[in-house]
Amino acid sequence: MSIPARFGPYGGRYVPETVIPALDELTAAYESLRDDSAFRSRLDDLLKNFVGRPTPLYFTERLSASLGGPRIYLKREDLCHTGAHKINNTIGQLLLAKQMGKTRVIAETGAGQHGVATAAAAALFGIPCAIYMGEKDIGRQELNVVRMKLLGAEVIPVSSGSRTLKDAMNDAIRDWVTNVENTYYVIGSVAGPAPYPAIVRELQSVIGREAHAQIQEAEGRLPTELIACVGGGSNAMGLFAPFLDNEDIRLTGVEAGGEGLDTGKHGASIERGQRGVLHGSLSYVLQDAYGQILEAHSISAGLDYPGVGPEHSFLHDQGRVRYDSVTDAEALSAFTMLSETEGIIPALESAHAIAYLVKHIDRFTGEDLIIVNLSGRGDKDVYQAARALELL
Amino acid sequence: MSVLQELFDNRQKKALLMPYITGGYPSLHGCGHVLDAFIEGGADMIELGVPFSDPLADGPVVQASAQQALDEGVTPDDVLELASRYSSRLPVVLLVYYNCIFAYGQDRFAAAAAGAGVNGLIVPDLPVDEASEFIEACRACGVDAILLVAPTSTGERIEMIAAQASGFIYCVSVAGVTGARTSLSDRLPEFLERVRAGTDVPLAVGFGVSTPEQAAAVARYADGVIIGSKLISIVRDAGEIDIAARAVKTFLSQVNEVLIK
Ligand SMILES: Cc1ncc(COP(=O)(O)O)c(C=O)c1O
Repeated sequence: MSIPARFGPYGGRYVPETVIPALDELTAAYESLRDDSAFRSRLDDLLKNFVGRPTPLYFTERLSASLGGPRIYLKREDLCHTGAHKINNTIGQLLLAKQMGKTRVIAETGAGQHGVATAAAAALFGIPCAIYMGEKDIGRQELNVVRMKLLGAEVIPVSSGSRTLKDAMNDAIRDWVTNVENTYYVIGSVAGPAPYPAIVRELQSVIGREAHAQIQEAEGRLPTELIACVGGGSNAMGLFAPFLDNEDIRLTGVEAGGEGLDTGKHGASIERGQRGVLHGSLSYVLQDAYGQILEAHSISAGLDYPGVGPEHSFLHDQGRVRYDSVTDAEALSAFTMLSETEGIIPALESAHAIAYLVKHIDRFTGEDLIIVNLSGRGDKDVYQAARALELL
Repeated sequence: MSVLQELFDNRQKKALLMPYITGGYPSLHGCGHVLDAFIEGGADMIELGVPFSDPLADGPVVQASAQQALDEGVTPDDVLELASRYSSRLPVVLLVYYNCIFAYGQDRFAAAAAGAGVNGLIVPDLPVDEASEFIEACRACGVDAILLVAPTSTGERIEMIAAQASGFIYCVSVAGVTGARTSLSDRLPEFLERVRAGTDVPLAVGFGVSTPEQAAAVARYADGVIIGSKLISIVRDAGEIDIAARAVKTFLSQVNEVLIK
């Protein structure tokens, strides 16, 4: 079966001709392997025994009680091996790379979670791996830099532009254009040129499939709302995908509000961006009137990105998913709140989803049943949080 | 017929000399001096880049030049204005990343380019499959949409590209980004023969050409030689603009020498 290259007008393949044949090859390989029973069972086996799936759907007794309204569940992607949902995708793509006979993999990373997940999967398959990471992110996500190195990956610092995820992705694409014959590019979100957004969506939708079954098992009904943070949008897309057809379920994506949308220092591509082309696809982009890409800002490296996956732009235009944002400060206080009420330290990215719920709690009633995607754990963020909260 | 194709067809040289500079580099004023040096050095066509914040087909040298131009506040309108001052003297093509065109509006950009006397537009991140509206917009204004082929392009893709090509086809010499290279790919002749077999449109080779010897080698198989990063590094290393312009002229004259029959 074929996978989509566009979501409405969004998506496409705006990359140099040099890599177009490789995108064709990837599309063909994925379309044949996704229904291949040997590939599927190898993937399922690794998701179970290497990643640790299924991840729990956890009822937050104290958080729900303290907020006093809806019943709140967390989809515990923080319990995945390596600490975030990113590994659902990298295991699938590394299997694909191996099948395609590629002898080297590369990836971009922001928070370092995708880099760590790629490095772990590359180690598992015995494939050499290079990770591009902006210098600013290397400074604020040091733990993950060390983890990548321990896993045998080469970490390549990127010093151009804003020295964050956007620039890491530029350099990863440049590497791929140069080494396309033997190198597989593991994109970490539902972004980039087709077929990546569709492949990553499908590999991440295991999150939503599990949650769909788990919530019915626990509550005997479907949720009223799903909430997830949106950087490139892969944890959100993975949770939302199996629920998209059920219009009764409200879907909310939370972007990085940074220091506030009116300060210009944020990562709210959907709320404040315009249509444009970044990293190979047409989507909403933070840019100036001449199409120059603007720097994003977020306390969370994983959301510090001026673009968003093309399917999110489409779902926004359709009104199927509502997008909102919370500020750095709101995310930080949700980070502490979840730690103290549930004994779970969330990633700063995931804290944005919690913060949205806290901020809008008055909109919910006791009838509401909510799943928040806890996309990752906060170990990587403790020093940054400690500095911001003046704990050190 | 396209002005550009005619220029290739009627040439007296083995291959046309096609130097590149990022528009507004090292400054808007300085760029004019570099363009004068292009003409004095024997250029047959000028390739001007519109600086973009995220030029993913470019290596470090062109990237840095674009960033410097952007820091100077150079806009696509400035580059169009610069083009209009030179297009009466030599044919001009612009190298523009797609988002700059998209933000401007494809029709509006093509019209503005035509208004500035620009003969062709090269969009490094717009493969032929995504280019139909853009090609339409260019045709409507009498501007050539210059398409790129790469050594990785399959026979089928070369056919698709050839079917839409006008002006010339930009043959990327190696899989990679722009930047001077110490040697040309061994596979270049075979690659150019493959493209040549599928089209009558002239072929220009770019990415990596940085010496007169390399230009001579390219001229054996191609109709045009594009030189970019090498020129930008000459300007960068010269410091002062007068010295830079002289160095550019000297270098291009040496290349031109080997291209003259
Ligand atoms: C824990 C976590 N959540 C979310 C994200 C944002 O990515 P996406 O929007 O693709 O889920 C990241 C990215 O680094 C992350 O590490």
